[in-house]
Amino acid sequence: MPTKVENWKDEVYGNEIRDRLMEFAEEGWDAIPEDEHDAWFERFKWWGLYHQRSGQESYFMMRIGTPNGVIEPGQLEVIAEVADKYARGPEENPEFGDAYCDWTTRQSIQLHWIKIEDVPEIFELLESVGLSTQQACGDSWRNIVGCPVAGKDKHEHIDAWPIAEDLHETFKGDDDYANLPRKWKVSVTGCDQGCGQGDINDLAYEPAEKDGELGFNVRVGGGLSRKEPRLARDIDVWVPPEKAADIGHGMSALFREYGDRDDRFNARIKFLMDEWGPEKMRSVLQEEFVDFELPRAGEDMRDQYTYNAGGNEHGDHVGVHEQPDGNYYVGLNVLVGRMGVDDVYELAEIAEEYGSGEVRLTQRQNVIVTDVDSDRLDAFLDEPLLDDYSPDPHPFMRGSIACTGTEFCSLSIVETKNRQVRYARWLKDNVSLPGGVEDFHIHLSGCTASCAQPQIADISLRGMKTRKDGEPVEAFDIGLGGGLGENPQFADWVEMRVAADEVPGYIENLLDAFEAEREGDETFREFVADRDEEALQSLADPEETSYDDPYLGNTKMTWYPYAEDSDMQSSPAPTDANDEPLPSDD
Amino acid sequence: MTTDVHQLDDGAWISVNDSREVNVSDLWLLAESEFCRCEPTDFLAEGFVDTGVDPPNIQARIAGRCIACGTEGVTDWLTVGRVIDPESGEFYGVVHDSVHIPEKRHRLADPEQ
Ligand code: HEM
Ligand code: SF4
Ligand SMILES: [Zn+2]
Repeated sequence: MPTKVENWKDEVYGNEIRDRLMEFAEEGWDAIPEDEHDAWFERFKWWGLYHQRSGQESYFMMRIGTPNGVIEPGQLEVIAEVADKYARGPEENPEFGDAYCDWTTRQSIQLHWIKIEDVPEIFELLESVGLSTQQACGDSWRNIVGCPVAGKDKHEHIDAWPIAEDLHETFKGDDDYANLPRKWKVSVTGCDQGCGQGDINDLAYEPAEKDGELGFNVRVGGGLSRKEPRLARDIDVWVPPEKAADIGHGMSALFREYGDRDDRFNARIKFLMDEWGPEKMRSVLQEEFVDFELPRAGEDMRDQYTYNAGGNEHGDHVGVHEQPDGNYYVGLNVLVGRMGVDDVYELAEIAEEYGSGEVRLTQRQNVIVTDVDSDRLDAFLDEPLLDDYSPDPHPFMRGSIACTGTEFCSLSIVETKNRQVRYARWLKDNVSLPGGVEDFHIHLSGCTASCAQPQIADISLRGMKTRKDGEPVEAFDIGLGGGLGENPQFADWVEMRVAADEVPGYIENLLDAFEAEREGDETFREFVADRDEEALQSLADPEETSYDDPYLGNTKMTWYPYAEDSDMQSSPAPTDANDEPLPSDD
Repeated sequence: MTTDVHQLDDGAWISVNDSREVNVSDLWLLAESEFCRCEPTDFLAEGFVDTGVDPPNIQARIAGRCIACGTEGVTDWLTVGRVIDPESGEFYGVVHDSVHIPEKRHRLADPEQ
């Protein structure tokens, strides 16, 4: 039997949600009928509005989908303006202030503390520069990810940007694909570095050559969530660029028809792939969902992939890189992907001043300023903003990714971003990396949904709890040795339920052991791959150090972890349009 | 009014009559649970898998882990709260860190089935 969510979607879903959303916005929070809250919150996701966690009722997270992470000239300033005017919380975050933008691991933008009353004005602003929140959450084609420097990259074989853009334009708002059984995540890669991260998406296009022609091999069924990580599997199909959208139609229609609508936990296409295997996936696609003969897979370039491949090359886009046109792109490190709103304005300004005004987002939560004029590169690099968002960051700053966590997210178990900022700073000040190790990825996710992609990091941190002196404290399961590349590898979970304040000490001890035992210039990933579970467990122990963790208690029990009076009962929510508490019913 | 119960957002919370009532991330003490060998089981709730009503009890099966021994899995049916007066629909949550005894079966069918 279809789930409740499916029934709500049958009643109203997709584009038609917008009119009602606008009506509610006009009339205010109270206008949403009390016995329809769940249905409407589920539907609002389709328009990029995701309700924040308990204690923050009436506030929404808003996601803006920027395909391939491309923020076109003129857009960033508007994004800053929206954050400035409408994403200001009732309380400050001690690291980031009270208005900020999150650059996400799927090259989108996330704003918080959005009130429904402001949605019409926000949409108007965003749409005035061609931005949208449509399908940024919910059960449909999500933001399309890809090489963040597509079209500007010397490693490129196919410019993936027009293809990503075409898929975006084709499938955003198309009613035929508006109501899928679950989210549908697509990646397009055109370079030989593999930076589209296709392996962890539902549908992946990867560069491949066939009979002398460049096109894409197709993989299906990747994803990291729910302790069921899967790598996308090769379905032995090649398509030329002009047929990429046909595969998009075919595969997402296949998912629409065959995906599990009776059990949301089993709905992602990775589970259908488990059931069917790649051959059946291919034959059903061929027989029922495309009207041309699918060519067999071509010659891929996976053996050249360097992105997050665990080698000694930098597997990201941070730093100064020459574009084929002689200009430069400069990747700037944004620790845990969050940037205060004044810095976002400043970024928009310098992108305009030195480049084309375009800025791009990476799947490592960083930003790239493209088209920097070669004559003025040095002046650009002297800009004060780059002191905080460095093109040449310390490896611990560069390698840190963190998800949303207990600050806003209802699934979370632990505090994430602020803690990861503190981890990175402490590690930078106290721990040295073994010689030659330039890249070291630590990905921290607040729960098993894995939004920070923990399984593809050198060190994976996943939110947990444990007890210390009898008291419950926030903790992490720690995994080692994950990454992408030709042969991607998910982390091995090695240390379980480590109290959050003992994680930096563990990492320090682990890196000491790595330095002492590593052979030659063995990489960390090789070092982990060479050892069995027992050997990995005996490498290092968690330990308290000078690192201080202010979030050790149960941050989820607060209404907002950093509020002076954080008690759940002290929450102002639900509020009216001016952040004033609404009178309660009882 | 019938009591309307379901899990939402990938099992992040339980809604009772369109009100967010029970959340993940709490520790529950489970007695005689067969979940693991610990007595009691010190259980971290990570996701609500199933919900049901056995008037006046609101019940759920929860995915998570014993944080003492590390056993992972899904609990039997736990009473997470009560709706005593179906007319008002008001929900009274249980104290999650007092002791709970999971039941093998609950009597009424899951309204989602
Ligand atoms: C309020 C904040 C968020 C909530 C409630 C949330 C919820 C979820 C859930 C429920 C899942 C697993 C469900 C599934 O698809 O099977 C998931 C997975 C994921 N989310 Fe989020 N998420 C949030 C923020 C983010 C952000 C900021 C990003 C970056 C764009 C993100 C990217 C991902 C990724 C990459 C995965 C795992 C990979 C996959 O299986 O596709 N999420 N998220
Ligand atoms: S990983 Fe979990 S805690 Fe982090 S944002 Fe995703 S759902 Fe929330
Ligand atoms: Zn146990």
